[in-house]
Amino acid sequence: MSKENKRVLTGIHFMLGNYAAVEGALAAGCDFFAGYPITPANEVSERMAERMPEVGGKFLQGEDELCSIYAVTGASLAGAKAMTATASAGYDYMQEGIEYAVAGEIPCVILDVQRCRGENFATQADVMQVRWGAAGDHEMIVLAPASVQELFDHTIRAFNLAEKYRTPVVVLSETTIALMREKLVIPEPEAIEIVKRKRPDQLPGEFVPFKAGPDGIPPLPRFGDGYRILHSINPHDEWGGIQWDPDVFEKMVDRILNKVTKHRDDIVRTQGFFLDDAKIVLIAYGSESRPALGAVREARANGIKTGLLKLETVWPVPDKEIKAVAEQADTVLAVEMNVGRYAYEIERLCCGAARVVRVMKNRGLVHTTKEVYKAIEEVL
Amino acid sequence: MKTYPLQKYLRKGTLPHFYCAGCGAGQVLNYFVRAADELELDFDKLVGIGGVGCTARIPVFLDVEALHGIHGRTLPWATGIKLHTPELKVVIFAGDGDAASIGGNHFIHACRRNLDVTMIVVNNLTFGMTGGQVAPTTPKFMVSTTTPYGNYEQPFDLCKVAIAAGATFVSRWNTSRATQAIRAIKKALQHRGFSLVEMICQCPTQFGRSALNTGDPLKLLNWIDECSVTMEEASKLPERELAKKFVLGNFVEKQEPVFEGSSVYRNMEDM
Repeated sequence: MSKENKRVLTGIHFMLGNYAAVEGALAAGCDFFAGYPITPANEVSERMAERMPEVGGKFLQGEDELCSIYAVTGASLAGAKAMTATASAGYDYMQEGIEYAVAGEIPCVILDVQRCRGENFATQADVMQVRWGAAGDHEMIVLAPASVQELFDHTIRAFNLAEKYRTPVVVLSETTIALMREKLVIPEPEAIEIVKRKRPDQLPGEFVPFKAGPDGIPPLPRFGDGYRILHSINPHDEWGGIQWDPDVFEKMVDRILNKVTKHRDDIVRTQGFFLDDAKIVLIAYGSESRPALGAVREARANGIKTGLLKLETVWPVPDKEIKAVAEQADTVLAVEMNVGRYAYEIERLCCGAARVVRVMKNRGLVHTTKEVYKAIEEVL
Repeated sequence: MKTYPLQKYLRKGTLPHFYCAGCGAGQVLNYFVRAADELELDFDKLVGIGGVGCTARIPVFLDVEALHGIHGRTLPWATGIKLHTPELKVVIFAGDGDAASIGGNHFIHACRRNLDVTMIVVNNLTFGMTGGQVAPTTPKFMVSTTTPYGNYEQPFDLCKVAIAAGATFVSRWNTSRATQAIRAIKKALQHRGFSLVEMICQCPTQFGRSALNTGDPLKLLNWIDECSVTMEEASKLPERELAKKFVLGNFVEKQEPVFEGSSVYRNMEDM
């Protein structure tokens, strides 16, 4: 089998979630992985260690999470499609490198398998951490898969968004789906959309490295292409020169943030279920969208006009979509596996339009369909 | 008007440099470009990495692919770059804070792996940019802005750490020994494997004023020189005396396999 044939394991599988994320990364063209052992993300590293040499990529077990995230950004600047994987506590350390990846506009993918503090039980407690956990003004792109299939699909999409917008993208996994085996369909390589970062058209000397067109995204050459660019986190002008100038700083930060905010419609994806006439709308993401959908189906069977808005992109926040359901619904249920984190966003966006009720569970276990259904009954 | 003959290696518009008068970091920059010039290094294939601090600015002045701005993470960057594109030459400029303090763990592991990069540590015995705080390299009993009553911690000997951890080229000089320093940098750049050149460097603004009550660069250079001994001189000194000295020399030069990643196809029988 050739290296390219080994990249995309086309076919139907019964696969572990963590493995599916690896296969998604490889299908997307990932050729560099660095990670540090942490449960429940270990199967990602283990499979990467086996698979990377098969496809001609590089695998690094860093001495810590900091090494891993910075090796990923370094490899990316050298031209790699690079990824790391960690879990909650490991993400703490990586925040430093994520700040650099945002400010340095370095494409990379971070898989964060959320776990309870100190234990590997299921949770969604870090949905705010992945949005805000880095110093300095920044926007984040965070995708929330809800199944093994979505771990595969969203990891590919994460690479595509990272490459397109020159920014780190987080795949927000959870213990539930990471350690679950489910059906996975891997398509033919030709059927998989792959986005590659823009490279400069101009020659070295003519190319202005941090000057962007209307889309705000400057092309990115590889190290060794002869462009001799200075990549600094410090405020830098369009040539990359370090400048202590308020105008330069403001312009630079605005452009970097606008790459995400101005392309929000391209980035944000949600799925609606039974929304047409729903008066009670559940909003959920990740594995919580599964019992939420089950409860909605049951309620519909009992004649209750409910629907589900499933958020595939949690950041940037799907504000238009959430506001739209708030306009039509009387009550919005914010379904989450934590003490109510994303609920703050939902309450903010629904304010004045619909009543918001928090449906929370914070005991290391995903909601059951029955529990969510009971919450629907309680607001009738 | 005469121009600096090696200016072609410096990034346009970056001079004058931002170092204090009498700082040794500019000297190290000078020594590096001299070594690079003599070796005719291809600057298109050269990556210069700096973390945070005074030394970290050295690659900012070099006309190379450069990374700058994160404290202590120079070697992780280098690891990613070198694994993905081994044909690039990677040179790290780290202060003692970057290398021995916040990046200490990365330093040990890069040595252990024999990562094929050159690391030039400019050791000014203090945290210069932040105001002269004590560093893991500050000599015992010296006053700094965070040890106003003297430093009672045992300092790191970075070269000894590197040797113990498995670095395959280890060398130490000071800024007043230009010839030896340039020669050591050249050797390091030609070496395949982890090469360390530690440069003991004067910081008149911070270390000098706190530790030696002088901001005079010459006095500081002389003090460093007086504290410096060659390996041969060191072998004759009693241990108590040696503790106060900077031993200069090329300590280790050997060939070992270089790091190619944590998971590599290999024929186990060849090992």
